[in-house]
Amino acid sequence: MINIYEVNETNNMIEHENLDVRTITLGISLLDCIDSDLAAVNEKIYEKITSTAKDLVSTGQAIEKDFGIPIVNKRISVTPIALVGGAACRCPEDFVTIARTLDRAAREVGVNFIGGYSALVSKGMTHADELLIRSIPQALAETERVCSSVNVGSTKTGLNMDAVNLMGQIVLQTAEATKEADSLGCAKLVVFCNAPDDNPFMAGAFHGVTEADAVINVGVSGPGVVKVALEKVRDADFQVLCETIKKTAFKITRVGQLVAQEASSRMGIPFGIIDLSLAPTPAVGDSVAEILQEIGLERVGAPGTTAALAMLNDQVKKGGVMASSYVGGLSGAFIPVSEDQGMIDAVNAGALTIEKLEAMTCVCSVGLDMIAIPGDTPASTIAGIIADEAAIGMINQKTTAVRVIPVIGKGVGETVEFGGLLGYAPVMPVNSFSCERFVTRGGRIPAPIHSFKN
Amino acid sequence: MKIIITVVGKDTVGIIARVCTYLADNQVNILDISQTIVQDYFNMMMIADMSGSARPFEELTGGLDQLGEEIGVKIKCQREEIFTKMHRI
Repeated sequence: MINIYEVNETNNMIEHENLDVRTITLGISLLDCIDSDLAAVNEKIYEKITSTAKDLVSTGQAIEKDFGIPIVNKRISVTPIALVGGAACRCPEDFVTIARTLDRAAREVGVNFIGGYSALVSKGMTHADELLIRSIPQALAETERVCSSVNVGSTKTGLNMDAVNLMGQIVLQTAEATKEADSLGCAKLVVFCNAPDDNPFMAGAFHGVTEADAVINVGVSGPGVVKVALEKVRDADFQVLCETIKKTAFKITRVGQLVAQEASSRMGIPFGIIDLSLAPTPAVGDSVAEILQEIGLERVGAPGTTAALAMLNDQVKKGGVMASSYVGGLSGAFIPVSEDQGMIDAVNAGALTIEKLEAMTCVCSVGLDMIAIPGDTPASTIAGIIADEAAIGMINQKTTAVRVIPVIGKGVGETVEFGGLLGYAPVMPVNSFSCERFVTRGGRIPAPIHSFKN
Repeated sequence: MKIIITVVGKDTVGIIARVCTYLADNQVNILDISQTIVQDYFNMMMIADMSGSARPFEELTGGLDQLGEEIGVKIKCQREEIFTKMHRI
């Protein structure tokens, strides 16, 4: 039987160490909403989402009460809209009408974000893909809850450099279209390489075409719990350190597994995966950077950071896969800047640069995340940043992503405030030498040699 | 259904009695009680079975919240699975 110490340990994690389930994300296939008539597509999409997800928020709240564990977000991901709207949309504005429908449906069912305003163009772009991509700035400016992502490369296909170049421009246009709100639109736009079909975390969630009609994916969290556990073994060697991280990750993931199973059985929707990511928030004590400091770095960005992060990420996975048979999504430590107080402090102290963050993305999920850069950064430079990150993903057979925010009207040293879970960020300097001739060559970078496994 | 009830707060006369009375009134069977005092703070855990209770979980926890406020302690009621899942393989 369970004892008082175990009960207290769990409740301390929840009450004092920010243990929560970060998100229950309901993936909904919209493939059956395809129609050549735009009004009909919009109507079917609204109908499908609001009927499938009508009990999502109330179910989440009931589970919170039953187990006494906060479930911070209830969200929805849908089939990439470029596929769903392709037959009906003739211009970018047509796609924007679908974005508005998604926003309206999200508001109706009470979720704070809906992901899947997406295009998968890792090898080439269809006409519909390109229309959707070109509609992103307006779609994100005119909606509140819609999140967008574009997959521009994969280990199997190589990098679509035309799409990379276009996304450089789209990120900048999105920043411009939302400049009144510190270019907030870019916080809802992710450029991926090797994007997973079952990621529950925003802004990059979408419901892949290989998925069932509807599926429940759960993202767990708990950087604060890992940090507190490591405080107790401060002077121990790596063996003890790794054991502690693994055990903690196991405990955190089991809670996620429980919540996922409950949500699945109560809603009658199959369970998909648990995403094991350590997802920080701006709250004190809920930081991945603080874990790295606890491991022994004065500040994140110091030499040793990449090794410490690699070890942390690997141990989290090893503990997590023991706790759930179905692990997927991104599953690793997130290293966003604006959403992690320790990262913000490291940037402000001059310890952390974009180049070091890039190195860190080689060993963890997911990529350059929530990084504010000067608003006058050229589109070609943003495309270069995307290309670098995508190349890391392609060569290392892992997911990488770029979510940078060129803050229009702001420069290095200034601060942007996004609010809520998105936090705030100091504007970071970007290498000012040009890569324009490289990113505008056109065509594809071929798939790497080790992708030919057949 | 098994539930775990935890009570934390300033120690005072009759905490266990009042919680137990409430549970008995609602046909909740107590299976195990452990209790410690940490720095003058009362800390109790009960494992109970509420399958005989006519009241739904939500109402029961609502009543416990109210009782906690009356006594001046924090009473938390959770389904047992969150603990067994986390601490047992």
